[in-house]
Amino acid sequence: MKCSDFLKELTDYLDDAMDSRTKAELEEHLQWCHNCYVVCNTTKSTIEIYRDSKLYELPDELRTRIHSAIVANCRSHKSNPQTASSTKQPSPEETPQEKPAK
Amino acid sequence: MEAIENKVAEPANEETVLVEAARSGDIGAFESLVRRYDRNVFRIAQHITQNREDAEDVVQDAFLKAYQNLGQFQGQSKFYTWLVRIAVNEALMRLRRRRPERTVSIDEDIKTEEDSMPREIADWSPNPEQMYTQAELKDILGKTIQGLPPSFRTVFVLRDVEGLSTEETASALELSVPAVKSRLLRARLQLRERLNKYFKRRDGDTRP
Repeated sequence: MKCSDFLKELTDYLDDAMDSRTKAELEEHLQWCHNCYVVCNTTKSTIEIYRDSKLYELPDELRTRIHSAIVANCRSHKSNPQTASSTKQPSPEETPQEKPAK
Repeated sequence: MEAIENKVAEPANEETVLVEAARSGDIGAFESLVRRYDRNVFRIAQHITQNREDAEDVVQDAFLKAYQNLGQFQGQSKFYTWLVRIAVNEALMRLRRRRPERTVSIDEDIKTEEDSMPREIADWSPNPEQMYTQAELKDILGKTIQGLPPSFRTVFVLRDVEGLSTEETASALELSVPAVKSRLLRARLQLRERLNKYFKRRDGDTRP
């Protein structure tokens, strides 16, 4: 296996979304290829750091304000669906049709 | 090596009841759905728009549009996936307004050989996030992800930060599964490359 082949499979490997035979081949490559080992480890760390970072948390004060606005808009829409929303009516692009989960 | 685990677990039945009640006009039930997902929608919106005020507006508009269009939601997909699609569209629309000079699309696919190939292979310090204060780390992570094309950071935030499955991400973004995987790989590798300069092992760091 070449390093470029390993990289193509890296996402599925990190997500454990592959058959056991392919996984074994990748792990065999990792045993002797230090560069791929480092890239694999640091990519995994990248994901974990972002996931655990609490970047862009919603502060309580802002959350309360947003909730009040949403509820007020919904009530307004409920009492007068034609005119009451604070925002424009959605265009087809903005309100996608539902698709079943694959 | 252990696989990355998804952290989102969803009590689907309770949610179905809430969605049904909200569809019948129960605003209290809809408020419960807002409480359940507002933090997620805010994170997604701010990752895409990179602007706090826009993110705030996106949360409000996305939930209002969801409420207005609950009749279209048939329960074939998860409510959250449907809500994310609305929020992503809202966020991209705000980004386009803010950057009219640039094309901003989820279909944007900047494909080069180089962006998939690591240029610097440097091992990182153990516990790299502990090299910085919380504020410094947030600044680094924010600046770094801001440098990715919107289509890449959108896939990354849905898949890796919010924990949607590849299929759910594809459904939310109306992309194919291979397109999601391709963008996710490049987003992950580009972020890794950009974080190298902050996290790589330094001289004198002798820990394993």
